[in-house]
Amino acid sequence: MIKVENLRVNYGSIEAVRGISFDVPDGGISTLIGANGAGKSTTLKAICGLIKPASGEILFNGESIGGKDTVAIVSKGISLVPEGRKIFADLTVLENLKIGAYLRKDSLKDDIDWVYSLFPRLEERHWQLGGTLSGGEQQMLAVGRALMSRPKLLMMDEPSLGLAPLIVSDIFSIIKEINSKGVTILLVEQNANMALKTADVGYVMETGEITLSGSGQSLLENDAVRAAYLGT
Amino acid sequence: MKDLSKNASRILTAVALAGFAVFLWLAYKGIALGPYEARIVRLSGIYAIAALSMNLINGFTGQFSLGQAGFMALGAYTTSLLVIPPEAKESLYWVEPINPFVRNLQAPFLVALIAGGLMASFFAFFIGFPVLRLKGDYLAIATLGFSEIIRIFITNLIPITNGPVGLKNIPSTANILWTSLSCAAIVVLLLRLMKTSYGRTFKAIRDDEVAAEAMGISLFKHKLMSFLLSAFIAGISGGLLASVVGAITPAYFRFTLAYEILLIVVLGGQGSITGSVVGAIILSVSKEWLRFLDSGFNLLFFRVPEIAGLRMLVFSLLLMAIILFYRRGLFGSREFSWNSIYRPIAFLINKIRKPKKEAGDDSA
Repeated sequence: MIKVENLRVNYGSIEAVRGISFDVPDGGISTLIGANGAGKSTTLKAICGLIKPASGEILFNGESIGGKDTVAIVSKGISLVPEGRKIFADLTVLENLKIGAYLRKDSLKDDIDWVYSLFPRLEERHWQLGGTLSGGEQQMLAVGRALMSRPKLLMMDEPSLGLAPLIVSDIFSIIKEINSKGVTILLVEQNANMALKTADVGYVMETGEITLSGSGQSLLENDAVRAAYLGT
Repeated sequence: MKDLSKNASRILTAVALAGFAVFLWLAYKGIALGPYEARIVRLSGIYAIAALSMNLINGFTGQFSLGQAGFMALGAYTTSLLVIPPEAKESLYWVEPINPFVRNLQAPFLVALIAGGLMASFFAFFIGFPVLRLKGDYLAIATLGFSEIIRIFITNLIPITNGPVGLKNIPSTANILWTSLSCAAIVVLLLRLMKTSYGRTFKAIRDDEVAAEAMGISLFKHKLMSFLLSAFIAGISGGLLASVVGAITPAYFRFTLAYEILLIVVLGGQGSITGSVVGAIILSVSKEWLRFLDSGFNLLFFRVPEIAGLRMLVFSLLLMAIILFYRRGLFGSREFSWNSIYRPIAFLINKIRKPKKEAGDDSA
């Protein structure tokens, strides 16, 4: 679905991503894991056009999208759940969902119902301001909002950040459920254990480069990964 | 304790509106208010419109713009030049003769007002392209700068604007009905706009630009739209202002005017339409009401002598007190609701009725 070739992204003179290449296979769950500052979030931002790549190619279903406008990229079916949730604090839950479907002109009812069935809490609180939700509920809202654009590819930046372990496992089971509805998922995580257990394909990023790749299971069993990220 | 039902709120709103309409009619006929009080009401309406224009771009779209004085100047001059009769114009321009095209321009007041708004939007379009790429304080400085540039152009385009001497004899068409109804129309327009997808989009940009962009919202397009509409409304308020005060000079539209409007917006609450209206009324009325301070008065057994400027000192203290107790302005980002009046009253009544039970509840 996404094919990244030799992608480089700079912040001024700092090279955040140094020529990485990877594939996100159609219909699966892929994950980028790595420590702080490895360039994972930057990679996601470059894919959805929030940052312009310095060089390299990003192909979405064979079509080059590198360096295009975010509006153009989102309308092709890529949606981002940003790091730190970034929900609209002064809009209600329902308004947040409607903003997620900003580029669509058709009826939203089915999609709102689907999001409510994934996250019943959001339906209970649909009139509440986004900023008054708990952290876990805000994450649910951020995921629901991203789904409202009917994405083919859903990219999630650290969905487990700052959440209680019980809620983290909820979020991951919902990620699997969304994936089972045919949405391809690219997940960026520091919680390497959960991410690799969930993912079909995993990539390990270190200081702007991809150092290891393989199926989620094989990376879980890899000694270097275990030592560096799983603490065993 | 129960809140008011939706219907009860609606009835209260309808009664209040009807009462206001009757009051307006009586004021218009000169029964309810004298000319001095009517002028304060007219100015309140105009300040409310100006504050709404600033609230749209600052409070709802989150773009800190301070260019309102310039847009008001454009509106005021455009409207004035269209409504002052040609002969009257000619006699005003004694520094340099008036441009013959400008001399013969004429339009009815409503058309002139809208032309003033459009003129402000037209300039906002060209200013918006470079400045709306800036954020926060930088945007504020850039818009303030452009507002000053507009004022300096007006000062120096003598054959068109009559330069620093300004314009006089502007027909005072904008009576209390004009100002109040324009204000009401703009309140309704903005209340409705905020319920549409455009309103949601503006607020989303205010809350988080990165997330809004990730949703596929074109930030620049929406910021520009909000900026143009805001300039249009500011232009209208400028046109009305010119008609109420009767004489304008470029000095009237210094940046202090923008600060005064910003004060209303902050006082009423950024992101609250009704807040801006209430803020404008409080500001205009209290500034006039406090006038007695300047001319000497009796404080209990003590005679306070005449101190020029004491009024502004007390006024500033009052503002500080309000901002201390209401950090986000009187209304925050909410709109006025009858419940905000009803709840404290109901709470007090409850306390008086069964004080013992309340205390028992607390200890349990």
